[in-house]
Amino acid sequence: MKSLWNNAVSRRIVLTSGALIGAAQAVYGSRSEPAAAPTPGHGGHGGHDGMITRGEVDHARNGFDPYAMLTDWDGGKVSKLPDGRTLREYDIIAEDKEIEIAPGLMFPAWTYNGRVPGPTIRATEGDRLRIRFVNGGSHPHSMHFHGIHAARMDGIPGAGNVLPGGEFTYEFDAIPFGCHLYHCHSVPLKRHIHKGLYGAFIIDPDPALHPADSAAASSRLLGSPQNAEWQEMVLVMNAFDTNFDEENEVYAVNTVAHAFMKRPILIDRKRPVRVYLINITEFDPINSFHLHGNFFDYYDHGTTLTPTLKTVDTIMQCQAQRGILEFTFAKHEPGMYMFHAHQSEFPELGWMSMFEVRA
Amino acid sequence: MNRALLWILLPLALIVAVAVAFLATDPLKPFTGTGPPVEQLTIERTILDEHGIGMRVRAAGSAPMNIVQVQVDGAYWNFAQNPEGALDSMDTAWLTIPYPWVAGEAHHVAFLTNTGAVFERTIEVATATPDSSAERINLYVLIGLFVGVVPIALGMLFYPALRAGGANAFQFALALTIGLLAFLLIDTFEEGLEFASEASPQFQGSALVWLPAALTFAALMMVSRRNKEALSGVALATSIAFGIGIHNLGEGLAIGAAFATGAAALGSFLVIGFTLHNITEGIGIAAPMVAERPRLRVFVALAALAGLPAIVGIWIGSFAFSAHWAALAMGIGAGAILQVIVEVGAYLIRKSEASDRGWANVTTFAGVTIGILAMYLTAFLVQV
Repeated sequence: MKSLWNNAVSRRIVLTSGALIGAAQAVYGSRSEPAAAPTPGHGGHGGHDGMITRGEVDHARNGFDPYAMLTDWDGGKVSKLPDGRTLREYDIIAEDKEIEIAPGLMFPAWTYNGRVPGPTIRATEGDRLRIRFVNGGSHPHSMHFHGIHAARMDGIPGAGNVLPGGEFTYEFDAIPFGCHLYHCHSVPLKRHIHKGLYGAFIIDPDPALHPADSAAASSRLLGSPQNAEWQEMVLVMNAFDTNFDEENEVYAVNTVAHAFMKRPILIDRKRPVRVYLINITEFDPINSFHLHGNFFDYYDHGTTLTPTLKTVDTIMQCQAQRGILEFTFAKHEPGMYMFHAHQSEFPELGWMSMFEVRA
Repeated sequence: MNRALLWILLPLALIVAVAVAFLATDPLKPFTGTGPPVEQLTIERTILDEHGIGMRVRAAGSAPMNIVQVQVDGAYWNFAQNPEGALDSMDTAWLTIPYPWVAGEAHHVAFLTNTGAVFERTIEVATATPDSSAERINLYVLIGLFVGVVPIALGMLFYPALRAGGANAFQFALALTIGLLAFLLIDTFEEGLEFASEASPQFQGSALVWLPAALTFAALMMVSRRNKEALSGVALATSIAFGIGIHNLGEGLAIGAAFATGAAALGSFLVIGFTLHNITEGIGIAAPMVAERPRLRVFVALAALAGLPAIVGIWIGSFAFSAHWAALAMGIGAGAILQVIVEVGAYLIRKSEASDRGWANVTTFAGVTIGILAMYLTAFLVQV
């Protein structure tokens, strides 16, 4: 009786994991190596002996895809001000929305523009930003930018806090350059943040303002030929407490657990890599980033053009801390290079990812 | 006749009509509108083997439940569910997780549903679930014999002494029996209620123990008094053996479960403890037969009836079992024991009044007290 059960189970597990690998190859087959030559990274299913979320997230139903979010910079509606400066205008709406944060696992999120994290606002140092914020949600919300602005524009109760159905326009200059973020600052703060109201806010340096480091500044400036050499991406480290006990059930970068294990981030090894890394994890005091088989230079807050830490492979960030990582795989052999938080709890709960480096 | 039938059908039809009308209009909708469904998941069985962890779960939700992810020790793991799909209330499914569990250590398993609810179960001390090899079965038979049959047979050896002791000793023995049965009654109810608290809430908790106990008591009274005579002699001994047998089934379940989960670290000491604990049971079964002179095979049969269920219990318990069945069995056992207490009490009163001694005397009191104390004190040896 017992042995029958055992046999049935073993067969079931084999069949299921086989089906999973098959499904993963079917979905991402066009991007991966031929199935006949499996790359080590697809060991993400087999190689980790089953330590992974089961199934696939329906990104289409979510209305956003963590992979697409890596590079979907939002420059806003661009026009020129009378003084010659660039004006970037944004329309952002807060909405209540159920999102799938791990396969089958739904979370009653509060979102900016229906996505978590919200749109990646990207401007150039000194641009004028005008953000029209509409609260379509069921609770008061705001947008609090980490940047330099007037108290009136701070997005806290009493200054740009928007009741349901209301709206407010935040306006300020894009300074200082760096890797920043915005988030809702309505109270209770913990709930408004972990429900999903946050996003990346990147300000590229203006090379003309930094003659001493103009090469570094140019490489950061989106649209410049120097910048085109780089492979840039934004990674927002976040987490979700699905049963509201102030402990997270799911950790991720860009919301979906294990998204980049199941679909590794493709890297062309000839081109350098720049990661805009932001930590907005609630409930845990810190989050971290560790890169396998490689080291990187780190620019804390991205507000300098020379690294604040050189040649490290692990950094940590408190909540709202962020920075820029620069590294290259130019001299590496192609393959799967893992990156993840180095609190082992987090990767095992979803914040574990792969770079697939190609020649 | 037709009229009577009408008066049965009419209320029934009205009950259905009221239910349909209530469900159709859903007057409670304003209260239940937006909240997530109430979900409850009971883990009924756990199996650890070379393939990983297997758990049987039973759902109890206001809507079908979907188990979408499984965490073991705070890490997501792939898993298989059989059968697949959403679980309606009362549905069960096996979840198997290819997790490399560590013998002797604790593991925490959490099931997440699509709504984000989390249901946790801790495996206190991971031990491979015993297989059903002949070696294992032999071991269970051996333990069961020592826990169930051996002490009862030893207790029955007091039979000649009871016979020789005269009316006083006889009364004492019956009182002793009542004392030990009183202890077993409480013990059986406690075990049953504990099982009931582990069972899925759908099974109505403690009702699963109390109601079967009451019904069993009533049914056994009805059967034993069908000749309008109180039980005595071998018939009474048989009733006692039956009640004790079900109690020993419960003890076996606890022992088997303790072995299966690795909690029975004391092994041999525990088994000998049970042997001492249960010797009184043999005296209790033998006591009502003092006035008769039953054949040896009657003793053998009664020892088997009271003792062998321990073997069955250990065997089932070692597999990990569903708590609601155990609760039900304990309820039946408690009812049976209660019935036997009543019968032995009636027998004691009848006998002592026939011999003109009266039943309420020091002998009775001493017997009951010593019976309870013997069980209570030896119970210290057998905390599973």
